[in-house]
Amino acid sequence: MARVEIKRKSAEEATAAGEIVSGGITLRFRDDADHDWRHVEGDADLPDGGAVVVPLARLAETLDLNRFAAVGVRLAPADDARALAPYLTRLALVEIGFLTFRDGRGYSAARILRDDLKFSGEIRAVGQVLADQLFFMVRCGFDALELDPSVREETALRELERFQLVYQKAADARAPVWAVRGG
Amino acid sequence: MSQIITANDLPTGDVVYWTGAGWTRDAREAALVTDTAAAEALGKAEVKARRVIDPYLIDIELVDGKPWPTRYREIVRASGPSVRTDLGKQAEL
Amino acid sequence: MYQYDSFDAAIVQTRVEQFRDQVARRLSGELSEEQFRPLRLMNGFYLQLHAYMLRVAVPYGTLSSTQLRALAHIARKYDKGYGHFTTRQNIQYNWIRLEDGPDILADLAAVEMHAIQTSGNCIRNITTDQFAGAVAGEVVDPRIWSEVLRQWSTFHPEFSFLPRKFKIAVTATEQDRAAVQWHDIGIEILKNAAGEIGFKVLAGGGMGRTPIIAKVVREWLPAEHFLSYIEAIMRVYNRYGRRDNIYKARIKILVHEIGIEKFREEVEAEWQQVLPTHIDVPAAEVARIAAYFTPPAFETIVPPVAAHEAALKADPAFAHWVARNVVAHKVPGYAIATISLKPVGGIPGDASADQMDAIADLADQYSFGDVRVTHEQNLVLPHVRLADLHAVWRKLVEIEVATPNAGLVSDIIACPGLDYCTLANARSIPIAQDIANRFADLERQRDIGELKIKISGCINACGHHHAGHIGILGVDRKGVENYQISLGGSGAEDASLGELIGPGFNDAGVVDAVEKLIEKYRAIRQEGERFLDTYRRVGAQPFKEAVYG
Ligand code: SF4
Repeated sequence: MARVEIKRKSAEEATAAGEIVSGGITLRFRDDADHDWRHVEGDADLPDGGAVVVPLARLAETLDLNRFAAVGVRLAPADDARALAPYLTRLALVEIGFLTFRDGRGYSAARILRDDLKFSGEIRAVGQVLADQLFFMVRCGFDALELDPSVREETALRELERFQLVYQKAADARAPVWAVRGG
Repeated sequence: MSQIITANDLPTGDVVYWTGAGWTRDAREAALVTDTAAAEALGKAEVKARRVIDPYLIDIELVDGKPWPTRYREIVRASGPSVRTDLGKQAEL
Repeated sequence: MYQYDSFDAAIVQTRVEQFRDQVARRLSGELSEEQFRPLRLMNGFYLQLHAYMLRVAVPYGTLSSTQLRALAHIARKYDKGYGHFTTRQNIQYNWIRLEDGPDILADLAAVEMHAIQTSGNCIRNITTDQFAGAVAGEVVDPRIWSEVLRQWSTFHPEFSFLPRKFKIAVTATEQDRAAVQWHDIGIEILKNAAGEIGFKVLAGGGMGRTPIIAKVVREWLPAEHFLSYIEAIMRVYNRYGRRDNIYKARIKILVHEIGIEKFREEVEAEWQQVLPTHIDVPAAEVARIAAYFTPPAFETIVPPVAAHEAALKADPAFAHWVARNVVAHKVPGYAIATISLKPVGGIPGDASADQMDAIADLADQYSFGDVRVTHEQNLVLPHVRLADLHAVWRKLVEIEVATPNAGLVSDIIACPGLDYCTLANARSIPIAQDIANRFADLERQRDIGELKIKISGCINACGHHHAGHIGILGVDRKGVENYQISLGGSGAEDASLGELIGPGFNDAGVVDAVEKLIEKYRAIRQEGERFLDTYRRVGAQPFKEAVYG
């Protein structure tokens, strides 16, 4: 899972610069094989092939080229997840960026993709992805979590397992307690 | 105007002041700031060392030769609630 | 009242363990303060002027006597022997140590309480009518739907990092004691001609820097779609609420900026997407919750109750208290008694551990173990037999919470202000005390009649000054506390926004000004008019003249 394109910066520096950066380990809960994704930022040239992740603004152009083994898109917090509707069958990955963990728009984006648009490809959380938000993310439909470098793997796994019961239905398979109570 | 460094103790939340060698609960024991930049750096270092949170500088005047805050908010922090004079530093120190 | 089953208990218990772990990670340095702050806030821990403050949720303002005793225990063991009841039906402790936090939450969990989502940019404690289940004219007990909301909103995975905090209030009577029009979402429970339950849904109300009264999003929402519709509102807000400016991040600004029509369109469209995901709780679950709110075993009593009538005649002080602090119960022979936490000259909303214990005992003896917290910072015994009222009153007198001032000039809402709150610009409590002392003569208070004075120590408006018949806002004027007066606000079913009358006053001046306003009202009022009615009839001008000459 090499991520050659990714700059390593502290989350603090990145947030100050208004960028989403990654760098920690990735937890992935999917059976299909991961790709060796290359990230194309801004107006940079697209590679000749392979697996590529592009910003929303470059998505149509990238898909039209028809030369990539797999295409992913990175949504910024303000991007509208519903704009992906026409492309979803051709997308293997949607990355949802958390510039700061306090910006919760990405949770709605994931739920729209899963619940509303029925997207079954990978939804990966990137950016400031901290241990105490992971459970919420998984419940909203994320199935890959690229952790902030500050997060220890055992802490992340513990938080993901902590709550066995949930009160409400969401995009995951967990049954809310109201469905369990009766039975 | 002279200044001292204040913060809140991380584990207890208590209002504390920098004495030059450590933190005290009593504003009158605080050390006067001589170098603002150094004081701010010290605050940051103490946060990093997980002793305090939210350090900042406050204005003081000398009363009987000892520092005492000038702003009302800081007087309340240094003393306790004005409506419960039986509680807080005003009752304990 | 609602009781946890093993599922509720497990969820709250897990939260305690999680917080224990988070505190340990913070103290060990694994979490920075920046990362930890939202976590502690979502467990009710603020940093205030003197220490950490812990805000404990009292869901929809209902407490059992056991819970109230646990609150007293926490005040004694971990704080300085008292607590402060807030305008959101919660209780706050002012002197809490972070390192005690996990143990306190464990003690709360043992009595089915928690501090979950009492702060942070998430859905906060659901509030409702403090007379729920006791007052006549209710469509249904609003706590049923409040509990549905409590469960749904607890650890909601999508709505825990909203642009800003989010407050929902529910009412089920025409008289609004929950200030629903001042909330991010206000729910009015209704019954249609066919006898079915449904909701009128309002959104976009709020106080703070930009006070706005909520607008109607939907006139009628069938009960079975309750949560899906709320979820649609929340999603629209989560996606489009402003995140660039903390002062513009509440839903009221979104509704205001795009307009209620556009907002409604967005919500309705989103709702169509949410509906097929079947997030609504089934009727069986609502019925399960409703069963906890079946009325207690009231006796059949045929008033008049001789002992009560005799006590009223024999004891004028008691009669005054009944006239002011007691309202009719839906069941004959019973009454709803408001316990005033506003002794003249006291701190509005504060109660000592001993008082809490005594009130818990009274609840056990005389009110089916049931106690309520009001958004006006008082407590209530909701189900007292008329025959027991005198005994209840005598005990309340003994513990000094029997001031017969409910709704009167000394029943003042005041936020903690600069005596406790780190955001404050000015003190609130001493102003409340000075006004109450000025009008200490209860005969004079009764003559003035209903008058809601509400005081906030800063523009955040926790003291609801925008909704005060007389509202007082503390500001900082060049380092000196200064108080601005607004008139004509209301937090009831006739909700209105108070209007500033002019330049502010110092602490002594504001009390004089309030007295002048009240004397003006007494001079010009017509038969049966409250202060607010007179103000609405004559406008601000006569009052301005009275104050500014
Ligand atoms: S209104 Fe202001 S001063 Fe009063 S409690 Fe709220 S934030 Fe604090």
